[in-house]
Amino acid sequence: MKGQHAVLGSGSSQTQVLGTARRERLTVVDNEAVGPYVLLRLERSGMEPGVPGQFFMLEAPGQLLPRPMSLCLAPPGELAFLLEPIGPGTRALAALAPQERIYVLGPLGNGFDLAVERPVLVAGGIGLAPMPYLSEALGGPPALLGFRSERHAEAARLLPGAEVVVEPRLVTELLPGEPSDILACGPEPMLEAVRELAPSAQLAWEAPMACGYGACYGCVVEVEGRYIRLCIEGPVL
Amino acid sequence: MNVPVLNASGCLDALTAPEVAATLDAFVTKTVTPLPREGNPPPRIAEVDGWMLNSIGLQNPGIEVFSTSVLPRLQDLGVPLWVSVGGFSSSDYKTCCERLDDLDAAQVIELNLSCPNVDEAPETVVELVQASRSATSKPLYAKLSPATPDIAELARSVADAGANGLSLVNTLRGLALDQATLRPRLALGTGGASGPALRPIALACVYACANAVELPIVGIGGVMSGADVIDFIAAGASAVALGTVLFADPLSPARIRDELERARSRGYSSAVEIRRLAHGLAFASRT
Repeated sequence: MKGQHAVLGSGSSQTQVLGTARRERLTVVDNEAVGPYVLLRLERSGMEPGVPGQFFMLEAPGQLLPRPMSLCLAPPGELAFLLEPIGPGTRALAALAPQERIYVLGPLGNGFDLAVERPVLVAGGIGLAPMPYLSEALGGPPALLGFRSERHAEAARLLPGAEVVVEPRLVTELLPGEPSDILACGPEPMLEAVRELAPSAQLAWEAPMACGYGACYGCVVEVEGRYIRLCIEGPVL
Repeated sequence: MNVPVLNASGCLDALTAPEVAATLDAFVTKTVTPLPREGNPPPRIAEVDGWMLNSIGLQNPGIEVFSTSVLPRLQDLGVPLWVSVGGFSSSDYKTCCERLDDLDAAQVIELNLSCPNVDEAPETVVELVQASRSATSKPLYAKLSPATPDIAELARSVADAGANGLSLVNTLRGLALDQATLRPRLALGTGGASGPALRPIALACVYACANAVELPIVGIGGVMSGADVIDFIAAGASAVALGTVLFADPLSPARIRDELERARSRGYSSAVEIRRLAHGLAFASRT
């Protein structure tokens, strides 16, 4: 690779998952605590933010494999990712200091379909991550957020105006009775519960992922008896 | 020094990332078996202490769909193709090799004789090579496990059975536990361990086999850089295949080639020369 910028492919074929993705080494602007979460802000350089719900593979210093993260915010000149430091990779990312640099690959996967008439955003815990960018793209629709503690709920400030519940109350209790287009992200039991109540909801799933571009077959989820790669077919299904 | 750079089987999907496949000297397919396989349940991957564990379980469309609809699309990419075949008996290997034998697109058949994530065939590795040899005249590369008591002896045996080359090595079986629950992190418990920690193990296998047989060797195991490629060539490999590094960096083939090019400026110009450094004169005089 010559230099730090490289465009992956021409994007001439729709089957080329890397067609629009780039891999660049981005500089850390800041790492801000948001309740128990961390908002990692990177200089955008030549990277595209992509569609809300798409994800990026972030190099985690000291780790063999990068970590998949959906984009949280795309302020001018920046890409920002919301992390929950719970393992070696996310802790390494949360410990990054301003001016440090990490390789970032993306945007990858299929994001949310934004052609919806009555959007309602639903998120649980770190599933909040893609919602601020999604909310911006949809012009600030109603949003429902659930968290496991008051401290976690501090992250709701990233989505002003959202309705917030804390366990033992569940975010699914807030789902509107009238017809709506639900776009959701959160832990698997929450997504299953949302799907039960709103079968047509767009759901952003999560899976351990080694590559993010269809190479490893590690991130499969079962859909109608088949294992499909979440990085290629999703993460929004 | 021109060293062919391949992908390790199962570490790249050339149809979803053709621009990455195009940067390789040959593309090695994911292992194909006689019948379609959905593979193992998720979670299938985990990272632990510098190792990657995977338990994909040979997810593939089966040899018939592969031959009729996957292979022609791969051929369109214009990259030489190696087809990895596997199975659960010698007849499985035979079936796949027979099906591929008259397909020009498959230039080499790599025999996956060492997947740690599925049941093993009851026959020995040598019997599986013999069965494959009886079914095809194509070049056969035997991919061996590093968990082999005497890999040099096994290399001699598979050479006698008709293998034309060796792919060294496959992953090692490993286990990662969730620290909170102490449950295995992979759905089926164990997985194949890969990454840079595998490299010295793979190098030892290449070194031993290069002294034992005249077959060309593809070095596989934790290649992360051009310097690692030089290690494998010095140990006795004539090509390398990239595995885990492709997951972390799809641009790694080009980067590694650049690093190899720079190694030339350090004075390494030929494989024989650097093998002499690693093995001594006795080896070099044989090559």
